[in-house]
Amino acid sequence: MTEASAISLTYGELALASLLLWLNGALSLWLGLGLERRMAIAGVRMVVQLLLIGLILKALFATASGWLTGLAVLVMIAVAANEVHSRQDRRLTGLWGVSVGAVPMAAATVVVTLLALLVEVGANPWHDPRYTIPLAGIILGSAMSGVSLGLNGLVGAVASERAAIEAQLALGAARFTALRPLLRQALRSAWIPQLNQMSAAGVVTLPGMMTGQIIAGMDPVEAVKYQILIMFLLAGGAGLGTLGAVYGAAARLTDERHRLRLDRVSERSG
Amino acid sequence: MLVIDGLRRLSFGPFAFEVARGECVGIAGPSGSGKSVLLRMIADLDPHDGSARLDDVACEAMPAPAWRRQVTYVAAESGWWADRVGAHFGDRAAAGALLPALGVAGDALDWPVTRLSTGERQRLALIRALIQAPRVLLLDEPTSALDPETTQAVEALLRQALARGAAIVLVSHDPAQAARLATRRFRMTAGRLERLT
Repeated sequence: MTEASAISLTYGELALASLLLWLNGALSLWLGLGLERRMAIAGVRMVVQLLLIGLILKALFATASGWLTGLAVLVMIAVAANEVHSRQDRRLTGLWGVSVGAVPMAAATVVVTLLALLVEVGANPWHDPRYTIPLAGIILGSAMSGVSLGLNGLVGAVASERAAIEAQLALGAARFTALRPLLRQALRSAWIPQLNQMSAAGVVTLPGMMTGQIIAGMDPVEAVKYQILIMFLLAGGAGLGTLGAVYGAAARLTDERHRLRLDRVSERSG
Repeated sequence: MLVIDGLRRLSFGPFAFEVARGECVGIAGPSGSGKSVLLRMIADLDPHDGSARLDDVACEAMPAPAWRRQVTYVAAESGWWADRVGAHFGDRAAAGALLPALGVAGDALDWPVTRLSTGERQRLALIRALIQAPRVLLLDEPTSALDPETTQAVEALLRQALARGAAIVLVSHDPAQAARLATRRFRMTAGRLERLT
């Protein structure tokens, strides 16, 4: 990356920008929306988390240790797994509740990140945290939202379409045949944001990473090339992770005797 | 033909009885006593202990879809998975041929499902199962939403199925209906089956 002339921001300038969130909070209070508390918490979380990650990355880049980089990716995956779990309205019971989302999400992230590092970027060493951490993070984020959407869509739809599914099973349909419309719908709802993002890229939105690189002084065409790579990686990560999670959940929502097993789903409290 | 032996789940059962070719067995009893649970176990739609056998072939010995095509459960509340009525029928011609006998409009297969009344849904769900020619029909309140005249038409159709050699396990609140169709009658009370006639 070209070391360049990014203009450093002062903390005072950041505080000034935070006035926008304060304004939203005031409006929420004035309109009685009841969102001001959540806004405050989310704002403080964002600032603290980002400052912490800045310090951690700085230290990590200084050591350039492959093991520490791997550990950091694992921690990110664990946090994302917890996030997927807490976003579910209905969850699979037992160990499946976490692993049905976490395992495919982690697998997709690791595979796609390795592909990017080894085949595409070719940094030296290949696990240079300067590339590994941002790439893994952005791929993980996309896999996480895909997996959450897909799982929520499928499990919710299966629970509310019980009569329709069992009617097909009772007539002798195999389990994945009976679930096919719901599987398709869940995958669509998870993939469409990804596709929309690609369609809008560069026309409606300037993607965040590209914007950052351009501000940091990179040649716009080089930044765009990185962004194109990222878009493909995101599509791959989200697609594979979501497919694995949705089919895994479908397998667990049914059994080898082609029964619908809603007893393996718990409501949010569970 | 159908042999039920020691079927049990949770606090329901064990149940044991046989149904012969062309025979209808009636089951009555209060709500929640386990009538639907029993039918669902026979269709292998819920996990259970014990066995169900059709002509000495155990349910577990064949894939569940194959079993259910021969031993077909028709739930009290019918389920619909496509927008159009016709999409729910494998053999539209066979389904269409049965519509007039049950007093359903001849073009009902072209309707959206939302246009069907509860009674029409109930009759169409029965037709959906009948056209697959199952050897055993497990019927859960098949005429609960029907007027006396339509109920008679459904019973006539069921008699035809019996005459062809099908067996029927009929759950019905209506003692008169059980008396008309069933050769043997049971009463379900709190998960226990008791022979009446």
